[in-house]
Amino acid sequence: MKILVTVTEAATVDTVFEIDGLGVDDRYLSTDLNEWDAYALEEAVQLTEEAGEVVTVTIGPDSVEETVRQALAKGADRAIRIWDDRLAAHSVLDPLTKAAVLEAVVADEQPDLVFTGVQSADDRFGATGTALASRLDWAWGTVVNDLQLDTTVAHVTRELEGSLEELTDTRRPAVLTIQTGINEPRFASLQDITRAQQADITVKSLTELGLSEDALVSSIEQTALYEPESESEATVFDGSPEETAAELATVIEETGVAQ
Amino acid sequence: MTVLAVTEHRRGELRPVSMELLSVGRELADATEGDLHVAVISGDVEGYADRLNCEGVDTIHTVADGEEFNHDIYTQAVTQLAETVEPTVLLAPDTVNGLDYVPAVADRLDAPLLTDAIELTYDEELTITRERYEGKVETTFDIDASPAAATIRPGVWPRANGTGSAEITAFDATIDESAVRSNVTGYQELGGEVDVTEADVLVAVGRGIESEDNLEIVRNLADALDATIAASRPVIDNGWVSADRQVGQSGKTVTPDLYIAVGISGTVQHVSGVRAETFIAINDDPNAPIFEVADYGVVDDLFEVVPALTEQLS
Repeated sequence: MKILVTVTEAATVDTVFEIDGLGVDDRYLSTDLNEWDAYALEEAVQLTEEAGEVVTVTIGPDSVEETVRQALAKGADRAIRIWDDRLAAHSVLDPLTKAAVLEAVVADEQPDLVFTGVQSADDRFGATGTALASRLDWAWGTVVNDLQLDTTVAHVTRELEGSLEELTDTRRPAVLTIQTGINEPRFASLQDITRAQQADITVKSLTELGLSEDALVSSIEQTALYEPESESEATVFDGSPEETAAELATVIEETGVAQ
Repeated sequence: MTVLAVTEHRRGELRPVSMELLSVGRELADATEGDLHVAVISGDVEGYADRLNCEGVDTIHTVADGEEFNHDIYTQAVTQLAETVEPTVLLAPDTVNGLDYVPAVADRLDAPLLTDAIELTYDEELTITRERYEGKVETTFDIDASPAAATIRPGVWPRANGTGSAEITAFDATIDESAVRSNVTGYQELGGEVDVTEADVLVAVGRGIESEDNLEIVRNLADALDATIAASRPVIDNGWVSADRQVGQSGKTVTPDLYIAVGISGTVQHVSGVRAETFIAINDDPNAPIFEVADYGVVDDLFEVVPALTEQLS
């Protein structure tokens, strides 16, 4: 069995930061393997432990290779990275654009299943997996927090809102979007990390994927990025921990719950 | 222009976001003196249509196929309805089920899609505002296409009300059963021994606690207040606290007299589950979104403030 896992680099912003044009200045961003993708990867690695292959695909420039190597260290057999000037020219890589790229990768790799994280921690579009399944004309299951595979069917548990879960049978092949908590992602050993540092990452352009000039025209244009104005009405206490704790204790006593 | 808003229901009830969808749909339609079309699919569509017939709704399309949500039926029905109605903007809730079919519809209609919109305006083209980096920044996008699709964040727009005079019409979708590849076989409620929805006082712990061993200081605070411990998602995923204590979108909605959030950044997924009389937040990041909803806050190291607070209360 061959499972293709989409891997994204997700960024978090420092407490204090500056904006540079339509983005946050790189100096204030820390990047990591997207949390949801770590669970998707672990699920794929566990399912192929006895036989099979896990291939990751990442859309991103050179700088994401450290994150791709994290995925290799955590058990992926091979990694593909897609990037070129045409992708770099997009002001935003929206879910349908990414799905079009990934569709071409699936056509190349012919996996039995595709796993994505439910969403990326920074952009939170949460739509790429479903869009990809539609393009492939495959079945899909989203927000999967439990998975049992049969030869022709994936029995999935989908996490809905409000502590409710849906049990669904989905035909294979399928794209499944994996929710955090489905498993316990492993830590890579030093040996794994060293091996991953030396591994080859296959880099492909859109042309090499057979995507023509007009295959990826997006009509979505990012026009602004700004820090929202705070609407906070919180009373924030200053002082030493003892002083602020005393203020909080007074607030709590005034609510009457402590009696 | 025409706006088509696809509502959502679950286990016999329209979800509240459906009524919010009518408000934002009306706002957008008003921008061009256009019409608001609403769709309701599967289950008791006539009953739902009566409740959706609020002020400002022009037409309600009912699609009777199916009982509960099934993404293959929704995808086919909404795609066909959109091809008939030809909306400029297609709207749906940004929910687990909304994201389970809207991207497929957008793909089939060749409509650009943005999810989790918190603001939508229309002036010759659609402009969408959404958050990035857990709400630290907001971004705006122009979408120059018709149709364009967007999912809207629940809880942002008011719920529509009043009684409308919409035309209610049955839409005859052609469902290709061979393309229905997923079947819902059942539901399960996540039970557990602890009911955080009944607690008057909750001490909720988040990622900032860093390790399971550190939970001790939170337990001590909860003991001093005779409070129940709750948690945000990362703590549950790590298995440090049982899943029945999860507060937020995928967990429980709580309404305590006092909520103390310890080391919780305050993503919308978490805070949408909290309606507290008094809300206290302790977090070392002054820009953490938790302070947008808290009544009282301390910006400092929780490992110092929480034990000091326990001391004060003991």
